[in-house]
Amino acid sequence: MTDFLSEEPLLRASGVTRFYGDRIGCRDVSFELWPGEVLAIVGESGSGKTTLLNCLATRLAPTAGAIEYRMRDGAMRDLFQLTEAERRFLMRTDWGFVHQNAADGLRMTVSAGANVGERLMAVGNRHYGNIRGTALDWLERVEIDGTRIDDDPRAFSGGMRQRLQIARNLVTGPRLVFMDEPTGGLDVSVQARLLDLLRGLVADLGLSVVIVTHDLAVARLLSHRMIVMRNGEVIETGLTDQVLDDPQAPYTQLLVSSILQV
Amino acid sequence: MRTRLCLNDVGKTFTMHLQGGLAIPVVAGVSFAVDAGECVVLGGPSGAGKSSILKMIYGNYRCERGQILVTENEKIVNIASAAPRQVLALRQKTIGYVSQFLRVIPRVSAENVVAEPLIAQGTGEAAARKVARDLLARLNVPEALWGLPPATFSGGEQQRVNIARGFIAHYPLLLLDEPTASLDAANRAVVIDLVNEKKQQGVAMLGILHDLDVREVIADRVVDVSGFSARAA
Repeated sequence: MTDFLSEEPLLRASGVTRFYGDRIGCRDVSFELWPGEVLAIVGESGSGKTTLLNCLATRLAPTAGAIEYRMRDGAMRDLFQLTEAERRFLMRTDWGFVHQNAADGLRMTVSAGANVGERLMAVGNRHYGNIRGTALDWLERVEIDGTRIDDDPRAFSGGMRQRLQIARNLVTGPRLVFMDEPTGGLDVSVQARLLDLLRGLVADLGLSVVIVTHDLAVARLLSHRMIVMRNGEVIETGLTDQVLDDPQAPYTQLLVSSILQV
Repeated sequence: MRTRLCLNDVGKTFTMHLQGGLAIPVVAGVSFAVDAGECVVLGGPSGAGKSSILKMIYGNYRCERGQILVTENEKIVNIASAAPRQVLALRQKTIGYVSQFLRVIPRVSAENVVAEPLIAQGTGEAAARKVARDLLARLNVPEALWGLPPATFSGGEQQRVNIARGFIAHYPLLLLDEPTASLDAANRAVVIDLVNEKKQQGVAMLGILHDLDVREVIADRVVDVSGFSARAA
């Protein structure tokens, strides 16, 4: 059960700006993310949403602004003041990053079990039997048949690869997961299965999530809150259903009115 | 505290940027209150702004003018100026919404759709599912359907699943958006019973009910929304 009134944010972005030369990636983005909250960043291609996500996840250094994260000891730390080792440890244990293209988040030439087990070994697990047992357990949680544990992901379908990538990310019990278009490029029935799985895992594990998507239906289903971006800037924020049911900015109104009805 | 909901000079105008910034005033000067254990029905013709008022209270429409005060335990929260996470917390514990239309979630069974709000309030899964099954049975949803996702159900069955979902948890304030529209007489009677049970538990209810027979039975008071028309003002 999500406690929406916890006192401390988990992540805080203040004035995050990233230029590529003199071109704007994203400009002056500020928000707070609270424990157990799912925040969707929506907008068209080129709106800066992936740039912002990469800055938040420390995959890209912002040109200006600060990003702070509440460490497990309760202290709020500026991510770009951490040592490289501290940041790597964070990314391997307390965070997950789900890529649109599963091949970017998996090691394609080692087995499914090893893909999940590798993150466990990175946090110090050494007992082979335990690692394999946990990997098997996670494959089942993401609905991959246990008999496929020794197959490598090249032999998996797109939907299975995506579910394997999610298992690999969640096995270390992260508190924050970044997702970049996790359902992009999957056909609709596979997408529905993945969304339902994500929705269940997020609720059960009380995860905080920042999810980038251009699909407003995905944002509606998964997120509590939404940030709408255009040309690198935030143009509207609010409760997901409020932004979708009562959009204020001209661009958001256009975006919402462009959804195809089935 | 007797008063659970108080609207004070609430106003709303839609600005349609795709139509050259056309301003569509919906309501203005909306002021009324709802007490615990009372069912107030919003009256007035279609287009008078009844649904907009309900949506502003639930927070899926923005409230631009005035205050929407809700009592949460001993605190008073103004939804018109509350932070998103405060509104989410209110929706989890304090304000329920029974709407006509089910937003279907792929692959989630009817039983789990119904049980979800109770689980979110902290009830164990098995116990919540038991309550969900009892409610589905009361609302005459065939047992064979309980384990299936409602996407393929008939309109009436989906509506009853949604009613069960709306009534299952305890919220001190319950918003009813046409809960009996297109229900048959037997199921209307079940909804009337559910509303009366909530009243006895001290729940404050605010509803839109076009069905005059049902309104006659459950409404303690009617607030005529046409008096708050923004066009007249």
